[in-house]
Amino acid sequence: MTAATAHQTAGPYWHMIDFPEWADLLRAGSGNEGVQGEKVILTGRITDGDGAPVSDGLAEIWQAGPDGKYEDVFHGFGRCATNADGEFRFVTLKPGPVPGRGNAMQAPHIQIAIFARGLMQHLVTRAYFEGDPLNTADPVLTMVEDPARRATLIANPAGDGVWRLDIRLQGDGETVFLDV
Amino acid sequence: MSDPVTYRRHQPGTQPPLDSPAYGSTHKRHPKQSLLRVPHTLTETSAPRFDPARYKAHADMSQVNGKGALGERIIVAGRITDEDGRPQRGVMVEVWQANASGRYHHPRDQHDAPLDPNFEGRARIFTDDDGRYSFVSVKPGAYPWRNHWNAWRPIHIHFGLHGAGFAQRMITQMYFPGDPLLELDPIFHATPDKAARERLISKFDLEITKPEWALGYRFDMVLRGREATPFENA
Ligand SMILES: [Fe+3]
Repeated sequence: MTAATAHQTAGPYWHMIDFPEWADLLRAGSGNEGVQGEKVILTGRITDGDGAPVSDGLAEIWQAGPDGKYEDVFHGFGRCATNADGEFRFVTLKPGPVPGRGNAMQAPHIQIAIFARGLMQHLVTRAYFEGDPLNTADPVLTMVEDPARRATLIANPAGDGVWRLDIRLQGDGETVFLDV
Repeated sequence: MSDPVTYRRHQPGTQPPLDSPAYGSTHKRHPKQSLLRVPHTLTETSAPRFDPARYKAHADMSQVNGKGALGERIIVAGRITDEDGRPQRGVMVEVWQANASGRYHHPRDQHDAPLDPNFEGRARIFTDDDGRYSFVSVKPGAYPWRNHWNAWRPIHIHFGLHGAGFAQRMITQMYFPGDPLLELDPIFHATPDKAARERLISKFDLEITKPEWALGYRFDMVLRGREATPFENA
């Protein structure tokens, strides 16, 4: 058996693989035109251990469609470069609940992968939706005992379909990152 | 519904730690809390399907509109398998790199080396049924960075891979054999396991080399394998 290839940082100059339109999962040509669901905008700011914006980062999302299925009718991949304020912004549809292991059901969530200079491997976290009744039984959220830490995985409504999840790489309010 | 087959965890020492002190940019960017190990679900075992009709392949970085880029033309080819040696078909491979002078086609790259109007430095390809890929480019140049005094990155090409599960997602760098800068590079050296580190170095390959045209380098990559299911040997 050969061990998996080592990750290496994306570095600061990955913008050649940035296609800004990929941040809009509902764009013309996405294949998602006409899929029915609740339109949401997922936005947030990525900061480092000093609270400084990560302005050279790349966020990718991976999610199920409103039907709770991956790549059935909805193509659930997006990519967004952070701006000078460290912010990302995705336009998408709210995913449905997805089966967990055993008989568990996972609350609607969007998987987020973060790549940047200084990250030897990408970081993985999730955005859940504040107030979703399935959150209380979600198998990942219930693994996080400290309510303050759990809150780092839950996006908050910010009006007009906008959901906000700030991501802190290090220090006070550090986001819960997943070992997947 | 039965549980999805999970991906194997990485073998100790074969991956670079997030806290890699010799690489200065990790200081303020690595989480200090331990990562939360979660069992794999469909979220981790499924992955985006990149339809080549929507994500167009582009395998030749060595020219723009028929005009050749400056530098030594190269062909990079290899095979992507999983840890059990199974070919990984349909993997979307994204590639980006500096030009022959060591300058990226990127507004933030301020290195005082010339840009090349005939070199953009990006490609996108898909592996075939046998897990094979190849593309044409020019050999990149080394470039300085400010990590430590007189720091230069060894010449490298960045690769991004999209496998069959989002847990296989990975970005890595391919290096070139015989580069004296490798010994001095904290990013290359962050991976503790020597064998794992050295697998990041491509090999010159006369089979890939095309007479009178381009030098060939072979770079194979390995994605995480599936955990054996309890019934596999029954
Ligand atoms: Fe680079």
